[in-house]
Amino acid sequence: MRRWFKRSALPPPALSRSEPPWLFAVALATTLPHAFTQPFWLTAWAGLCWVWALILWRNDRRLPARWLLLPLALAGALAIRIEFGSFFGREPGVAVLVLFMALKLLEMRQRRDAVVVIMLGYFLLLTHYFEAQDIPTALWMLFALWLVSAALLRLHAGALAVRPVLAQSARLLAQALPLMLIFYLFFPRIPGPLWGLPQDAFSARTGLSESMAPGSIGQLVQNDAIAFRVRFDGPVPPKNRLYWRGPVLTAFDGQRWQSGPVTGGKPVIDAAGEDIAYEMTLEAHGQRWLLALDAPRQLPADARADARLTVLLARPLESRQRFRLSAALDYRFNEEETATSRALNLALPAGFNPRTVALAETWRNTRTPEQIVAAALTHFRTEAFYYTLQPPLLGRDSVDEFLFVSRRGFCEHYAAAFVVLMRAAGIPARVVTGYQGGEINPHDGFLVVRQSDAHAWAEVWLAGRGWVRVDPTAAVAPERIERGLASALPAGEPLPFFMRASNDWLRPLLQRWEALNNAWQQQVLGYDQLRQQALLQRLGLPGGWQTLAWLLAGLSTLGLVLLTTLLLYQKRRTPPEIRLLQHALRRTGVHCAPAESPLALAARLARENPETAQRLAPVIESFVLVRYAPDGREHLATLRAAVAALGRRRTP
Amino acid sequence: MLISKDSPAGAASPFAPILAAASHVILGKDHELRLAAACLLAGGHLLIEDLPGLGKTTLAHTLARLLGLQFARVQFTADLLPADVTGVSIFERRHEPGTSEFRFLPGPIFTQVLLADEINRATPKTQSALLEAMAEGQVSVDGESRALPQPFFVIATQNPASQIGTFALPESQLDRFLIRLTLGYPDRQAERALLAGDGGRQRSETLTPLIEPAQLLAWQAEVRQVHASEPLIDYLQALLAASRQAAAWRHGLSPRAGLALLAAARAWAWLSGRNMVLPDDVQAVFIAVAQHRLLSTSNGQPASSSEIASLLSSVAIP
Repeated sequence: MRRWFKRSALPPPALSRSEPPWLFAVALATTLPHAFTQPFWLTAWAGLCWVWALILWRNDRRLPARWLLLPLALAGALAIRIEFGSFFGREPGVAVLVLFMALKLLEMRQRRDAVVVIMLGYFLLLTHYFEAQDIPTALWMLFALWLVSAALLRLHAGALAVRPVLAQSARLLAQALPLMLIFYLFFPRIPGPLWGLPQDAFSARTGLSESMAPGSIGQLVQNDAIAFRVRFDGPVPPKNRLYWRGPVLTAFDGQRWQSGPVTGGKPVIDAAGEDIAYEMTLEAHGQRWLLALDAPRQLPADARADARLTVLLARPLESRQRFRLSAALDYRFNEEETATSRALNLALPAGFNPRTVALAETWRNTRTPEQIVAAALTHFRTEAFYYTLQPPLLGRDSVDEFLFVSRRGFCEHYAAAFVVLMRAAGIPARVVTGYQGGEINPHDGFLVVRQSDAHAWAEVWLAGRGWVRVDPTAAVAPERIERGLASALPAGEPLPFFMRASNDWLRPLLQRWEALNNAWQQQVLGYDQLRQQALLQRLGLPGGWQTLAWLLAGLSTLGLVLLTTLLLYQKRRTPPEIRLLQHALRRTGVHCAPAESPLALAARLARENPETAQRLAPVIESFVLVRYAPDGREHLATLRAAVAALGRRRTP
Repeated sequence: MLISKDSPAGAASPFAPILAAASHVILGKDHELRLAAACLLAGGHLLIEDLPGLGKTTLAHTLARLLGLQFARVQFTADLLPADVTGVSIFERRHEPGTSEFRFLPGPIFTQVLLADEINRATPKTQSALLEAMAEGQVSVDGESRALPQPFFVIATQNPASQIGTFALPESQLDRFLIRLTLGYPDRQAERALLAGDGGRQRSETLTPLIEPAQLLAWQAEVRQVHASEPLIDYLQALLAASRQAAAWRHGLSPRAGLALLAAARAWAWLSGRNMVLPDDVQAVFIAVAQHRLLSTSNGQPASSSEIASLLSSVAIP
């Protein structure tokens, strides 16, 4: 029984001194990009381990004892538990892997440890795609893959210099390229993630939300991240008509605007003119709504428009996705509206904003609704209102203070004040949030809409005309709608970097980069189930996973057949005497090492197996003559005869 | 018959009697003797790196006597000058006026077998004078080139144990030696025979020449004619390439080293009585040819035999 538990008598293969630099490189290449996202202490911790291991290696010192590493590992794990609250999930999972990688460098004693580092490296490569799937990430991963594979090669190929190892690794990757392409094109694409990702796989993202308070859009505008990209089938409509409709807010509590209850049935759109068709690539925002161009007509299959004309998806958008939509720019929306809906859009919290209510009351009985709307807009235009990203803080009666005291505000102030005015005057009104405008990237023709294009406007319901869009911001700062935010704001406003006019020299560069990124997203990452099906169709093949399975199997088999043919061809090119010798060796069951010369083989056989040696002697002798004698070819017949004789004399 | 187990190595060549006779003087060192013979037959020079008293001089002396060659020995010291090796012109005054002239007194290098003992004790200037003579086969003194006798064979020795006050031969000079050997201690039996008086220096004095020098020149020409087939050249190139790819050494083998390897392998094949080179011949001489030409990356010392043996076993014979 004790035998079972005995330690192996064979010493484990040790790691040579020239191996660790490769593993340091592997660790660095596979963990470095995580430094941007993981907690700072982890980066510092891993960096210290790395430097420590490097110094120990350089000075040929002993690695730290195991009793020292164990508390280190435990402390690191505990810190991760405290930082993330769990070991499970994407971020703590990656953190644990980084921790392991750093610690493993302090434990490189045997080849086994090096293999662990390399396999961990391969795994860590994958985790970077959680963070980003852009071009720099892809390039870096390719570089890291090259390094890790080179390290693996180096470990098994023995004492080779750096250059041949790297060259061989590059060759291997190049050889894998066709297979990669086949799998990229024909591996069944699954909508949504392939396997369940943990809860925190999608962290909080910037974008519109379902509530609005003074300042919330002003804050969003500071961000120049891209919200979505649009490509119109036809010409791009004028900028002042590009209203991208997001959440509609009806409930006002005096301070915040909230979504409120949605009542009514299907929205009724009475469109004039032709629909404008477009394709939208929406960045993941973790919400259900789409930002459809007002007013949406054709919707994607898995989306519907609710009673307030917000286009909703079945589930929150957790990854960048492409949608096909169309819109009518001239339309009438819900000429009939239910009494409940009208009442909801008239509600105001009691006891707030008395001055505003009083002003509206004066209009209420003397004018028609259209005149009231015009009067309110005239009020904004003629009084000294000021469009700014830095409005003063407002107190309890925020609309009163804004309309009569500060008169400084951003789009949400104007939209909110306008809606309160309308409601107080007896006109159903509500706030619509979304994006306005966008910018054409001259390099690829896509309209790019950023978070900085976020906007809020108002919608009023007029009998006989339905819901009509009114943008009070346009009354105060028409440049905002005509030419964009940067030209509407006075100098010195804290605009996002990308929008500043002084960046004119940088802008084309950034636009070019974004166009490149967009192409990558559209062409490479955007290759989804639909495009896969389209490709199959273009190839004249029926869609469905069966086709894909056949294609994958077929192409792989084809590859194997090609490879076999190539090998056979090479074999054909091997000289006949080598094939004859190999044949003879196979027949006698003799193994010959690649570096074993024929005479050495004969001598070895004579010692180990004299009978076989005697049988093979004529073969080896004539082989040597064919291969090395001055008149080699003349002995080929002798060799053939010797090999043939081998078969005849075979013992039954 | 190529596969002949019972006959001793080299029995088939005309050189066999010489090796047999030498092995009665240098006891238990048949392989080294044969390498020295291969070096001689390939027209190269030999470097022996060993401690004193292991029979370096005896080896040189024995070979010279058996082959009927002149023998000279120079003990290299730090104050040895180039002229002490190559010779010097002196002004000879004669009584009859007008007949006085410069006369060249040839140095010890004008011999057929030169034993340059402890070559690393001399200054680089003297070393290079010798090494140039080795490479060119002639000596230039006072602007006049004087050819050295044929055949010309240098056996240089180095003492690796005491390196104080020595000038180690640079890599480029090491490359001029075709083969480097270490004799090492004799085995028990050989040493016992030596102590019993069967061999050694005294015995070498009694040797009589077995051949004329002209015969040696003829053999050298024969060695150059030994056939090296395409597959063998492929193997040689594979070895050179592997030495250049290995991380263990600073530089790989030079093309000159490749030529040296082929020449030594030819001589080895000829000593085996063959008119073609086999991979076995290359393998047999590879360590002796390559070892002093490959310097370790870590300490700059010549490569160890085991490293070179592992290189040999890693390169497949095409």
